[in-house]
Amino acid sequence: MNYIPVTELEKEAMLKEIGISSIDELFRDIPEELRFKGDLKLPKGLSEYETRKALIKLAKKNTDMNQLANFMGAGAYNHYVPTLVDHLLSRSEFYTAYTPYQPEISQGTLQNIYEFQTIICELFGMDVSNASVYDGATAVAEAMVMACDKKKNEIIISKGLHKEYRETVETYANGMGFTVKYAELEDGITPVDAYEAQATDATAAYVVMYPNFYGCIEDIQKIAEAAHARKALMIVSVSDLSAMGILEAPGNLGADIVVGDGMPFAGPLSFSGPNIGLIATTDKLARRLPGRICGMTVDTEGKRGFVLTMQAREQHIRRAKASSNICSNQALYALANNITLSTLGKYGLKEMAENTLTNAHYCRDRLLEIDGVEMLYDQPFYSEFAVKLPIPARVLQKHLLKSEILGPVDMGIFEKELSNVGLFFVSEIRSKDDMDRLALAMEVIINEQKFI
Amino acid sequence: MSKNLFSQTEALIFDKSRPGHKAYFLPEMSIEKLDKYRVIPSHLIRRTEADLPEVSEIDVVRHFTHLSSKNFGVDTGFYPLGSCTMKYNPKLNENTARLPGFSWLHPYQPVETVQGALQLMYLLQVSLAEITGMDKVTLQPAAGAHGELTGIKIIKAYHDSRGDSKRTKIIVPDSAHGTNPATATMAGFQVIEIKSSPEGDIDLEALKAVVGDDTAGLMLTNPSTLGLFERNIKAIAEIIHGAGGLLYYDGANTNAIMGITRPGDMGFDVVHVNLHKTFSTPHGGGGPGSGPVGVKEFLAKFLPIPTVEYVDYKDKYKFNYDVPETIGRMKSFYGNFPVIVRAYTYIRALGADGLKKSSEYAVLNANYLKKLVGKHLSVEAPDRFCMHEFICTPKNIQETGVHTLDIAKRMIDYGYHPPTIYFPLIVEEAMMIEPTETEGIETLQDFAEVVGAIVTECKTYPEMVKTAPHTTYVKRLDEVKAAREPNLRYRKPIVV
Repeated sequence: MNYIPVTELEKEAMLKEIGISSIDELFRDIPEELRFKGDLKLPKGLSEYETRKALIKLAKKNTDMNQLANFMGAGAYNHYVPTLVDHLLSRSEFYTAYTPYQPEISQGTLQNIYEFQTIICELFGMDVSNASVYDGATAVAEAMVMACDKKKNEIIISKGLHKEYRETVETYANGMGFTVKYAELEDGITPVDAYEAQATDATAAYVVMYPNFYGCIEDIQKIAEAAHARKALMIVSVSDLSAMGILEAPGNLGADIVVGDGMPFAGPLSFSGPNIGLIATTDKLARRLPGRICGMTVDTEGKRGFVLTMQAREQHIRRAKASSNICSNQALYALANNITLSTLGKYGLKEMAENTLTNAHYCRDRLLEIDGVEMLYDQPFYSEFAVKLPIPARVLQKHLLKSEILGPVDMGIFEKELSNVGLFFVSEIRSKDDMDRLALAMEVIINEQKFI
Repeated sequence: MSKNLFSQTEALIFDKSRPGHKAYFLPEMSIEKLDKYRVIPSHLIRRTEADLPEVSEIDVVRHFTHLSSKNFGVDTGFYPLGSCTMKYNPKLNENTARLPGFSWLHPYQPVETVQGALQLMYLLQVSLAEITGMDKVTLQPAAGAHGELTGIKIIKAYHDSRGDSKRTKIIVPDSAHGTNPATATMAGFQVIEIKSSPEGDIDLEALKAVVGDDTAGLMLTNPSTLGLFERNIKAIAEIIHGAGGLLYYDGANTNAIMGITRPGDMGFDVVHVNLHKTFSTPHGGGGPGSGPVGVKEFLAKFLPIPTVEYVDYKDKYKFNYDVPETIGRMKSFYGNFPVIVRAYTYIRALGADGLKKSSEYAVLNANYLKKLVGKHLSVEAPDRFCMHEFICTPKNIQETGVHTLDIAKRMIDYGYHPPTIYFPLIVEEAMMIEPTETEGIETLQDFAEVVGAIVTECKTYPEMVKTAPHTTYVKRLDEVKAAREPNLRYRKPIVV
């Protein structure tokens, strides 16, 4: 099939107008030796019905979370997303539009960005947000670019930052001439000394995750004070965004740049799905932000409206001197974040976070009743905690699937020596029954496996 | 009181907030609520809630429905935005991306439980490799510019692996997209800009003058940003390769060439394509996109991790983290998967025939429209056939004092999204028009007639054009005020 609304007769009329007799003539600028001969080796096209069947067949080879009780997080956090979100996202005036470069006919997208920027600033306690970057990992990388310059060209990152975020930052740093140093964890959190031990006059920023990759809540206030004493910036990467319903906003604890990923509020996790990089900062650093920013203004008749602004930072104007090369971002998921967080509102987010905290602690208590299961670190936590298991996490995972339970995340995939550590994520949508079932199943599996 | 929704200012969601209203219902708790002060240090507990709105479900639905009515999408009307390929976004793709077996997956699920997702990724990789004439593809980059950064880093890794550290320069033509030089800088290269001929071709002599043993590579769009096929591409490839550099293909304009010619055969070593342009996935108001990168075999060892592989003897798919000379990771997880599902759906539906026909009709539509618009405005390269897009300018009506911006704004009054304007930078007052293959002859004819009507207005009543648009919800907006007095977020009025 195809989506071409031109008939053979119409085609003939068009060719005639152009003054040629076949479409092929239009390609005469392409040297003959470069013309592709024959057919591309691709399966034959299908009808709409057949295509849908083929895709359903592929989808069926996956086990979807709806059939399971999910206890996996580690950067992809499954919280409640209201039904209305996907309905509103599906309004095609939103999703079939391009970047709002023509503001007169893009006020829907633009007003959404303005509201989104406000909501992100509220969550993080910051002055300015942009319209999004790709994901949480690239948001940390962009924050590094904001913080570093020729003189201050190194950053110190806590080992408690998500492994994949660290790897992404390293990729970005390599080539830009920035050095990435690491502050080691001590009992699951990053002591100020670990940063201080690495710091020099060239240190541009300290980076910490909040709560960190192991679920532990870091004292970002202390770290921020130490960073500022060194004339370095404090970059905070928020892990599970819903934590902003219960944890103090990083901006109120001394953060200069706050980043995160709006995935939990953008829709179903979709394997590697609706990531949306969040990045917010102080008024002082606003002009170093990457990507698009929306501002309020007025039209020629004095009516309120919105435009993309401060574009002198961006690649289409500054080219080689732009603050980033980013062009497309994750705009549709910014809309989803705005809708979800407007629906939850002030008290919904708080309730979500408090229920998550309650559930996660109940679950932890239940799991610790099992012989041989211990906390990896004994620190305050929010929605995630890492436990040491008497069996490999991978084995536990496999057997839990039989009880229709997904999780925990096998920490061995990040650090080989942690193959007996499982990272459990528990949110407000997990029922007491789910957690009791998990504890029961785990106990049985561990007892069976220990003797194998 | 009756209100005209389409001209009325939509209050901010924050102004609609009323204490006590709620739109959420969370699962009832059967566990006693934990006292947060018992488990979190008190100075890390939030003192004041984030000031999010308190609204009812119907308020949320109406608010965003009203906002959507103030937007123009491909489904609203013709969107001839050059370089952006605003083709129709098939509804089938929206449905397949939402199949529970694709949408309700966690990135760290055991690999046995996501074989269908991996198979889909693998099949899309193989399809894109075939379409572009490359050997191996990664789907990790989240957008075109992200693909560029991935590709340029691969070029850097290649030279570094050979101990060839003096290659510090990337050559970019002055007609290039802004992302090209910005990307080269972000990858740590110095950008050498070279002039193009008036028709957007690379000046071979100028190219020869700048290449040398410090050349890491050249970034090129073909068809060029003027919508013309770069006829000297073979010679260009020889010059760059001869100097030890590599060729990077910016795939923004791939919609002109599917099944007709392939970057891999032209001599390019690295390419990116935009799934949100060529492969029909929606632009989403600015994203998410997806910018897969394809490379020739000798560069495969530098691809970002993880790669998706097929294990023959097991008939299984897997992630491979063991890529010894990898450039590293470009983002968390594996790419914008919902976009990937849409693009695969599109390629599966169209097949080789459908893709080729799409490119043919994209080029047919562009040349037809060029002919019609050429009756009213100056067109660039009038004697050559364009590919999927062409450039026109108001040079022929210069004396009216009307500029490209004005004409673009006036098009809005006639129900059309304006073309890309003032790009490429090398053509003064450029209007870049890309109709795509998903438009019919009547739309093209009507659009050309509108251009004719606006040109007449420019001559008879220029003020009408210079102050356009007149029919929109807001008129021209004060961008200077927006930049000088930044108002980038709502703040609650302080009540004294």
